[in-house]
Amino acid sequence: MKLFIEHLMQMLGRAPTRPSKEEISDAAQKIHFYKKKEKLDIEEAKEMHRLHKSNKWRNRRWATLLAVNLLFVVSYWLDIQMLEGALTASRFLGFHMADLNSSLQVMLAFKQVLINLLIGVVTVLILWILLGGRTFCSWVCPYHLVAEWADMIHNKLVEKKIVKEHDFHRGVRAVFWLIFALLAAVTGYTVFETISPTGILSRALIYGPGLAVAWVGAVLLFEIFYSRRAWCRYVCPIGLTYGFVGLFSPLRVVYDLNDCRHEGECRKVCEVPHVLEPVIKGRATDVTVPIGADCTRCGLCIDACPTSSLRFEFKGLNKFL
Amino acid sequence: MSETDDSKKAPPSGGKKKGNPRKQKERRRFLRSVGLTAGVVGFSLAGLLPAMQRWRPRLRPPGALSAEQEFLASCIKCGQCVQVCPVYAIKLADLLDGAGNGAPYIDARMQACDFSCDGLQCVLACPTGALSHDTDFPHQVRIGYAELDRPDLCLARKGKGFQGKVRGPEFGGLFRYNEIDRWNPIPVRDRDFDLELCDLCVRHCPIEIRIAQCEAGNPPSGDENQCPPKHALTIEEVEDASGKMVMSPVVQEGCVGCGACEMVCPTEPASIIVDMTKSADTV
Repeated sequence: MKLFIEHLMQMLGRAPTRPSKEEISDAAQKIHFYKKKEKLDIEEAKEMHRLHKSNKWRNRRWATLLAVNLLFVVSYWLDIQMLEGALTASRFLGFHMADLNSSLQVMLAFKQVLINLLIGVVTVLILWILLGGRTFCSWVCPYHLVAEWADMIHNKLVEKKIVKEHDFHRGVRAVFWLIFALLAAVTGYTVFETISPTGILSRALIYGPGLAVAWVGAVLLFEIFYSRRAWCRYVCPIGLTYGFVGLFSPLRVVYDLNDCRHEGECRKVCEVPHVLEPVIKGRATDVTVPIGADCTRCGLCIDACPTSSLRFEFKGLNKFL
Repeated sequence: MSETDDSKKAPPSGGKKKGNPRKQKERRRFLRSVGLTAGVVGFSLAGLLPAMQRWRPRLRPPGALSAEQEFLASCIKCGQCVQVCPVYAIKLADLLDGAGNGAPYIDARMQACDFSCDGLQCVLACPTGALSHDTDFPHQVRIGYAELDRPDLCLARKGKGFQGKVRGPEFGGLFRYNEIDRWNPIPVRDRDFDLELCDLCVRHCPIEIRIAQCEAGNPPSGDENQCPPKHALTIEEVEDASGKMVMSPVVQEGCVGCGACEMVCPTEPASIIVDMTKSADTV
């Protein structure tokens, strides 16, 4: 329960709390104690990462993301009717699917709920409870993919000191979530849908691009030249909606303290580095620690880790994986 | 120049506020966050203007909730209606429609709904009820209401006929002609007409076509319920502005506003158009 609240509060914008000594298990304390004396040799760590280099999860994820979005496209263009509609709402082999945040906007604005929409919402809710909530973001959302490419450019520019990094308060995303929910209820229009890069890009892929894509381009430029991954980190209410779902998901990344060298490469590649706070030396409360709900299950940290200290876990099914 | 100015100015102003640098950093971050919120929310609210002011009035697909605000509120912008339309009449609006971004509309002059699907597939496809599931038959649809906008241009009123292809060999509009192919709409340019008096609009009126089928004992899909109870568009002798008796298309109370008449009208601009502010229930 304590962990649940910690994960929720982190997601809403609170900085991760530093665990007190009493909160750390004996086994973990023992490991922390031995590791205290270990000094990380930077050259050795660099060599370790050079030898390890892996893109396994990233490649699987990009393939999945492209496959899902292309299935929408070919379903329409080849008229094979497998996945009709767009990411906001669709039919998969005839079954209703509805994006949770888009549905929430419609329900708040329209103040009526049609049974088809409800069926779609429940189907998608069950799907993402099983698959990890924000898994939607990194494995399905088309904006995530282009934002990852923008991220690569941004990081190069920061490295060369051409642009300066600017961050925002993470709590601002929860504020956005509330504002957009209120706006839908008060104005009676699905205000967020107008500017949602997820919906815009999904429709652009399927029905052809329009001027709205220029807005998505502007958001990407903002991320390249001003603030890393700003939309996903600080704005997108879709991410937070799926984050709430992720709180109840058995699929997550877990951290294993034993072999970790605490060099911190995983936190550098992470879109939401606050969830990886337990990997900082002396912070893990137990030998294995589940990573918080704000994690998008993208697997970049798993790819980055040369000591296999991070891995996917489906709670209760460990023996089979 | 300005760069050197900035670098000269920076140290003293930084030095003045020399309090807690961490607090200052947080203050700046807070202000940035407020700016981000204002910017994004402001942009999204700007989208309400075109929608509320109806800067871009649109014909909505069959069954669309009659109040535009309710329609936009309930539409989830997924385009499933677009995908099922056999004549590709439905398009999705773009960012300039503001809150209508991603919502479906029909440009009747380019491609009207001709009810080729008989069963209102777009209504069945809609997951949210933005296209109301209470609409079962074409004659229940209320997209708008046809109007003889330019009687001065109308060929029938001039006593003229029509020969050739409807709107020329380039026009891509589709229509299902039962007598040619019961199942597949074809481009209207594939047909050549030779009419002594132009009555293209009445010939293409889906409601009139249905009434004719029903009168011949041949209702669409063999279902009597498909038979429209009222006429929508007829050619009648009327008095024109100068008091002369002329033949003219006359819109009747069974008009559903599908826009087929507007699509096939051979004059430029179209003599008959759909008025989206009216419907058979309001006139």
